[in-house]
Amino acid sequence: MAMMKITRDALPALYARIAAEQSLILPVKTAGQTNFGLWNETADVDLYALKTVKSAKDAFFPQSETLYTCTTEDKKITITPEKLTDEQFVVFGIKACDVQGIKVLDKVFLSAPVDSFYAARRAHGTIVAMACSAPSESCFCHAFGIDPTEPADADVVIWPVGDTLCWKAMTEKGEALTALAGDLLTAADAADETALENAKAFTKSVMQKLPYANLTLEGWGADKTDEKFNSPVWDDLYKGCLACGTCTFVCPTCQCYDIKDYNTGKGVQRYRCWDSCMYSDFTMMAHGNNRNSQMQRFRQRFMHKLVYFPTNNDGMFSCVGCGRCVDKCPASLNIVKVIRAFQKAEKGETK
Amino acid sequence: MPLNEKTGEFTPKIVAFCCNWCSYAGADLAGSSRLAYPAEVKIIRVPCSCRVNPMFILRAFEKGADGVILCGCHPGDCHYSTGNYYARRRMTLLFSMLDYIGVEKGRTRVEWVSAAEGVKFSTTMNEFAAKIHELGPNVRLEDLRCKN
Amino acid sequence: MQELINRAKELLADGTVVRVLGWRKGDMDYNPEVAYFNSAEELDNFVYDGFCGANLSKYMIEASKLEGKTLVFLKPCDTYSFNQLLCEHRVDRDKAYIIGVGCRGKLDIEKVKAQGISGITAVSGTELDGPDSIKVSTIYGDFDVAYTDAMLERCHVCKGKEHKIYDELIGESKDTHDMDRMAAVAAIEAMSPTEKFAYFQAELSKCIRCNACRNVCPACSCRKCVFDSTKFDSQQKANVDSFEEKMFHIIRAFHVAGRCTDCGECSRVCPQGIPLHLFNRKFIKDIDELYGKYQAGETADQRAPLVNFTFGDAEPSIVNERGSK
Repeated sequence: MAMMKITRDALPALYARIAAEQSLILPVKTAGQTNFGLWNETADVDLYALKTVKSAKDAFFPQSETLYTCTTEDKKITITPEKLTDEQFVVFGIKACDVQGIKVLDKVFLSAPVDSFYAARRAHGTIVAMACSAPSESCFCHAFGIDPTEPADADVVIWPVGDTLCWKAMTEKGEALTALAGDLLTAADAADETALENAKAFTKSVMQKLPYANLTLEGWGADKTDEKFNSPVWDDLYKGCLACGTCTFVCPTCQCYDIKDYNTGKGVQRYRCWDSCMYSDFTMMAHGNNRNSQMQRFRQRFMHKLVYFPTNNDGMFSCVGCGRCVDKCPASLNIVKVIRAFQKAEKGETK
Repeated sequence: MPLNEKTGEFTPKIVAFCCNWCSYAGADLAGSSRLAYPAEVKIIRVPCSCRVNPMFILRAFEKGADGVILCGCHPGDCHYSTGNYYARRRMTLLFSMLDYIGVEKGRTRVEWVSAAEGVKFSTTMNEFAAKIHELGPNVRLEDLRCKN
Repeated sequence: MQELINRAKELLADGTVVRVLGWRKGDMDYNPEVAYFNSAEELDNFVYDGFCGANLSKYMIEASKLEGKTLVFLKPCDTYSFNQLLCEHRVDRDKAYIIGVGCRGKLDIEKVKAQGISGITAVSGTELDGPDSIKVSTIYGDFDVAYTDAMLERCHVCKGKEHKIYDELIGESKDTHDMDRMAAVAAIEAMSPTEKFAYFQAELSKCIRCNACRNVCPACSCRKCVFDSTKFDSQQKANVDSFEEKMFHIIRAFHVAGRCTDCGECSRVCPQGIPLHLFNRKFIKDIDELYGKYQAGETADQRAPLVNFTFGDAEPSIVNERGSK
């Protein structure tokens, strides 16, 4: 499909037009922080924010969702499964790294046994990805082969160029959304294409100057379990870890969840919510916990992202380099420090 | 919102935590003296007012209460000597915090009721229920999962 | 900083301590991490600058269980937390060798970024005896930021430069107190109930229940938290309902009421920037006004206000007079 464009001023009209037909989820600022949220007329949209605190993961895999409800009346128990999503929605302004994050979730939830809740959301969601114009110091998506100026696997891609946004539909869903946007979009001309190429070149030059520009994944990947698992490096790395779930909950790819029951007084709601391998009750079983020290829990998180996941998924890492954990870890530990500590140790340098 | 089936009026749920030694006996006396207090008040007997964890108060609201009152022995009369003094500080701070986050002040109350004060028990409950009727249903501390 | 390293090396060498608990250089100038150092060689990566905000007292709970003495560096405000932990028998004084380090306020990189500065490649001038402004180098150019403009909120309401417990002191502290500690609490108290509710609803709706505020808190020292109980009908790790948010934050603050030294770690670590200290300070303000001025951690042998009482304490109904109009 041909390149289209929209001016920044026309965005509110576009939001209103989309929201009239479907739910619209986009970066919204609440009490000073930007997260993906539902659009309404009073929402403080922050589309140009580079990183939302939480990723867009919630749109497809919410932090908590009810699976079914049991209600009792006299001696009769009724089980009502939660309805699967059957309404179209649009997630607007996801960055390339977060789109890749959704591909990682697809590997988990769309392979057998298929997660019907997730699959329904994927089938009904349209992804509008936004290219990055100014990556920040904590970005390292390049290490995972992601080009932030060319988001892959989205339905529509938009590129901010000055006060306009170039718009290109990539799939049928994307073309349907383009049709919905109608006259708010106009055809882009050669000058726009040139400006866009310049903007992409600028972004790429920014990427090369960032602190993590030279980060590689040397030494990590499929089938590295034996050499990494018992390394003494873990023992040194984990000590500052507070065992909170910040890294897990801001991560676009963390997919572990817990299933719990909530007693409403009239019955039981069975729901699932994100879990964190950093927590002491993670995968708790009747006999206790299979990882009983914080070092083991800490190791699990990074081994899963950088070794186990690629081993089971044709080399695909379950980290996308969004850098949220780098920005948010309360103890300033992060996956980059882990990647590098092992690379140094393997080269025989002391940390 | 709980509505009376006949009148369609708001019928609040009120939880009264009563200490075993004074206030629960006070409630008993109110009953045996044929003193009326609203049926909306549900009594939960606790060993001492000091047993009431701030979480109990919040839980009561979560599970659908519109007002929560704690009754214990008068200061100085605690069966365990000093329990109610601790309860007094805790509840003062908790109620102040609830007010701070915007929950209506009248929804929580502490009253000291001795085993001999059946009259005080019934007037306190009547007053408190009237206050909750005035405030209406609890919205600011509700748990939507427990509604309907 | 070199003085700290030299002294740590001496204490390791003469066997006074077997390990050092401090901060290690991060992969950027603004993210040093808490680390143990077991040898003189490892200490070459030791760092102490404006970004070393982490309160090491909390880590002393674990260090107290290790064999031998640990050298720990505590800033003036951290010593309050250490005292409070000592008071509750959660740390072992005999297992700690405390060097009180100077402090001129700690920095918050978020405050730098909030000024529109991005693409940061280096930050300098953050050391204890550094200049009044820090230099932030970015890929777009260099910026000077006044030290106080990049300081954590807690440092603007600093309790003072005196160390409450130590074995020796190294480095001069600076007075950074330039704001009223209770001003924000008083401003909320002056709001109408509807405004208060809206304010907290907006702040708490951001909570992702990562539990960082709890885990970093030196007063939260329970081996197993009530919110982690599998028998407990609460969701400790999901923002499942707005009631849960309120309950978690009220109870978190309540459980440390009277023991909270107002070290500000909870607000420092919150990934969503929730001003959690406003809960703790409300309890502190109420305690001060109702039961007399009290500073947790001032000494190691105080009786905390919630495990204490007087016969003439205010009745809970006082909230009706003091609270919202």
